[in-house]
Amino acid sequence: MATPLLRVDNLTVRFPTTEPVSRLSFEVGEGETLAIVGESGSGKSLTALALMQLLPRSAKIPNGRIEFAGRDLLGLDQKAMRNLRGREIAMIFQEPMTSLNPVLTIGRQITEVLTLHEGIRGKAARARAMELLSLVRIPDPQRRIDDYPHQLSGGMRQRVMIAIAVACRPRLLFADEPTTALDVTIQAQVLDLLDTLRRELSMAVVLITHDLGVVAQWADKVVVMYAGRKVEQALPGALFRTPLHPYTRGLLAASPRLKTNLHYRDARLTEIPGSIVSAAGERGCPFRPRCAVARDSCAHFVPDLVEVSEDRLVACPYSFIPEVAHGVALGL
Amino acid sequence: MSTLTRIGRTFRRTAIQAVPTVLGIVILNFFLLQLAPGDAADVMAGEAGSATVETMAALRQRFGLDNPLLVQLFNYLYNLAHFSLGFSPRYGMPVADLIGQRLPGTLLLMAVALTIAIALGLVLGSLMAVFSGRLPDRLLSVVSLLFYSIPGFWIGLMLIVLFSVKLGWLPSGGSGTIGSNLTGLAGLWDKVRYMILPALSLALFYVAIYARLTRAAMLEVQSQDYVRTAAAKGLSPTVITIRHVLRNALIPITTMAGMHVGGMLGGAVVVETVYSWPGLGRLAFEAVMGRDFTVLLGILLLSSLLVIVANATVDLLHAWLDPRIGVR
Amino acid sequence: MASTEFAAGDARSRRLYADTREPAVSAEPEAKSWSNLHAPDARSASAASVPIAAGGRALKVFLRNPNAMFGVVFLSLVVLAALLAPVLYPADPLSMVARPFLWPGQNPAFPLGTDSMGRDVLSGILHGARISLFVGLMATALGLSFGILVGATAGYFGGWIDDLLVRLVEIFQTIPSFVLLVVMVAIAQPTAPVVTVAIAVITWPTVARLTRAEFRAIREKDFVMAARSLGYGHARIIFREILPNALPPLIVTSSVMVATAILMESALSFMGLGDPNVVSWGSMIGAGRELIRTAWYLTALPGLAIVFTVLALNLIGDGLNDALNPRFSQER
Repeated sequence: MATPLLRVDNLTVRFPTTEPVSRLSFEVGEGETLAIVGESGSGKSLTALALMQLLPRSAKIPNGRIEFAGRDLLGLDQKAMRNLRGREIAMIFQEPMTSLNPVLTIGRQITEVLTLHEGIRGKAARARAMELLSLVRIPDPQRRIDDYPHQLSGGMRQRVMIAIAVACRPRLLFADEPTTALDVTIQAQVLDLLDTLRRELSMAVVLITHDLGVVAQWADKVVVMYAGRKVEQALPGALFRTPLHPYTRGLLAASPRLKTNLHYRDARLTEIPGSIVSAAGERGCPFRPRCAVARDSCAHFVPDLVEVSEDRLVACPYSFIPEVAHGVALGL
Repeated sequence: MSTLTRIGRTFRRTAIQAVPTVLGIVILNFFLLQLAPGDAADVMAGEAGSATVETMAALRQRFGLDNPLLVQLFNYLYNLAHFSLGFSPRYGMPVADLIGQRLPGTLLLMAVALTIAIALGLVLGSLMAVFSGRLPDRLLSVVSLLFYSIPGFWIGLMLIVLFSVKLGWLPSGGSGTIGSNLTGLAGLWDKVRYMILPALSLALFYVAIYARLTRAAMLEVQSQDYVRTAAAKGLSPTVITIRHVLRNALIPITTMAGMHVGGMLGGAVVVETVYSWPGLGRLAFEAVMGRDFTVLLGILLLSSLLVIVANATVDLLHAWLDPRIGVR
Repeated sequence: MASTEFAAGDARSRRLYADTREPAVSAEPEAKSWSNLHAPDARSASAASVPIAAGGRALKVFLRNPNAMFGVVFLSLVVLAALLAPVLYPADPLSMVARPFLWPGQNPAFPLGTDSMGRDVLSGILHGARISLFVGLMATALGLSFGILVGATAGYFGGWIDDLLVRLVEIFQTIPSFVLLVVMVAIAQPTAPVVTVAIAVITWPTVARLTRAEFRAIREKDFVMAARSLGYGHARIIFREILPNALPPLIVTSSVMVATAILMESALSFMGLGDPNVVSWGSMIGAGRELIRTAWYLTALPGLAIVFTVLALNLIGDGLNDALNPRFSQER
């Protein structure tokens, strides 16, 4: 396999009292869509911010390595990193309602990034911004370009955010819960758009989501995160067919629509007992307090990721023992 | 909707709202001043030394002071409608002219002071926001609170002690070197020298307000999602601060600047007496001392109008700064 | 500058520190920043108990604030000085006691020196504290009472009463307050009670505006609805149910009002509009002003008394604001 576009190795994010991301590793190939799945608090958004180096000031990255197109991002200085942001690595956020500056027109906010990275100004920049607006399927771009964010709906704003993100044809796009704040009918449109753009612009996408339906339909590869750690990695088909980690199984069990093969749906992961907070400060496996199949030994060590087959990793030593899998299937 | 339409709508709304306020102020001031013991005729008689009952009556008749209250009010309103603020018996000239002479001095002083206050306040506030919670922030917080606690007339006098008496760098009062015919740059420099201390005395209090306001507004705006978006675009911190943070933070700051015009006018009254600055504030003080109520009424009305105009300006500024306003 | 004016703009600005999102001039100020003070439990708990419970926590925060404690200590010293002045210096501070123009430290019997008429400066400053505190406290009490009455009426009843009172407040807030103050005091003759009432007249609108906003917000809360459904009278609902919950911002404002009133009183006295029979800090500065070239200490010393007293009050106000408004204090 060729060198991946993005390689994250042993990444840890630490705040003074917590460690929301621990020793996380994954790779994203050119033009590939990687989904990072987990409930809120699992560290997936912080992972994206760490990769963009937009973490809050109090956060530190004590160890780990982030390699993008052969360059070590953690070794870059501020200026070099700024040069990458918006040009080669872009990001869209969860809240389209607040992610755009309310006092600038959307045209201005798109041309800003064109001027910064490609030196395009004035009429040319405006024309390019209009192209981008039609690229993200905003009707009537000539009129919309002078609108302010408050004049657009949530879905439209997220399209504008996407236009800003893809303005300089980035090679990698982070999409942090891009559809969570949108209406169900709009969600599919926005995700379809992202997928189309990914193919047209041949960029890689890291899709951060808590929605397994999104994963099933749009991801090439899935990383499941729990309490800042990767607990399972698989291709989507394999993941849905034979989920290995108890947490992944819980996730799937909590998404009834997937079982009945319905279309994707916002599946909140509330049916696993307990919450992710209860894992904080525990020794041993972080999922143990909520795990249906936990054993005494789980309290003593953090399970290592084990490669069980090609493209398949799992961090639970009991996950591939048949009776355990059976027990979970019965809903124990 | 275009910026111009927005501004136009805001302007109309503000103008309509102002009418009853202006009327209320005129009537309130008029009746308030009627409560005063003595009138202009008493004062003039007192200054003349001797006055008979007849001359007093003649004076009163001449200025319409012997009419019933409502007639006097009606006369005043009638004159007002014709842009006449009445006649000052004491100064022997129309009140409008009198105010016209003094107004530019005060407006200049206030404008310079407000500019200093906002500029310094923005710088200090931004510094405090950047170092939020750390030592520079804490120190500047205390300093700004100190500025906030110093009476303007007192710091004015202390500045005179330091810069005029001890160092001899700056003049201690007036608005220009008497008898000098300086022109061009030299003339301007002369004016500036006389302006520095009064403007600084007037500004200090507001520096404190704007510094604290800027700090709070910047911290608020910095935590907004669109600032993170700007960072994700690859913009440098300086560009983010100027283009994305400051413009949003300016909205609450301009609100306050409009509200401060009335307060600054009051401050100018005291500062102008400290520095013998020939302005409206000094005129107001002289009018109070001389019981010249026509002048006083004119000043009160005019300064209230000034506040209304300032508020309207701020509304318009908002309509320009903030596209969300004016839509409703 | 400073000293004098504001009243209105001033306390409003202070409020803005707490909530920078206060809308444009024409918009209604809402009491958002305070609502979290009693948000969760206000619904179930009876109204009166909530502020007390929150008060205990707020008091702790306040007592741990070194700046606020400095303010309390210094203000206590000023109060002590005011109380002890007649004991320490039973003679009239306006009477001649020594050679004029003694500089501070020249004669140990008069540690702060004497003025042009041979009056003791220290005695003047101690006695001056009495009038400053009297005017400051009384004017605040008056302005607060009247402002709360008007604001509560307007906010609670709404309708045409509200329209009328809001119009009245607007008129008062448009007239430059210090100019109005000067006019009122000049008309009614300068005595301490007149100055006190006049300051109250120009400060009540701020309180009324603040109270009205609070009342409008709290009026709709469930516990007020409950009180109404129990058939309580208006007076009881206003004073027992709503007012205790509207207090935190009013408490903060009142400490600033005292500071403002002291500044105003000193500015009036400085301009010769103070009570001529009572020594005050402002009148001492006014008298020393003529001698500023030779005996500047006569201006400096009473000025320092004003500065530190007002600073102490402002520090207390800040401390109260931090203690009573959790959202804001977290930012610090």
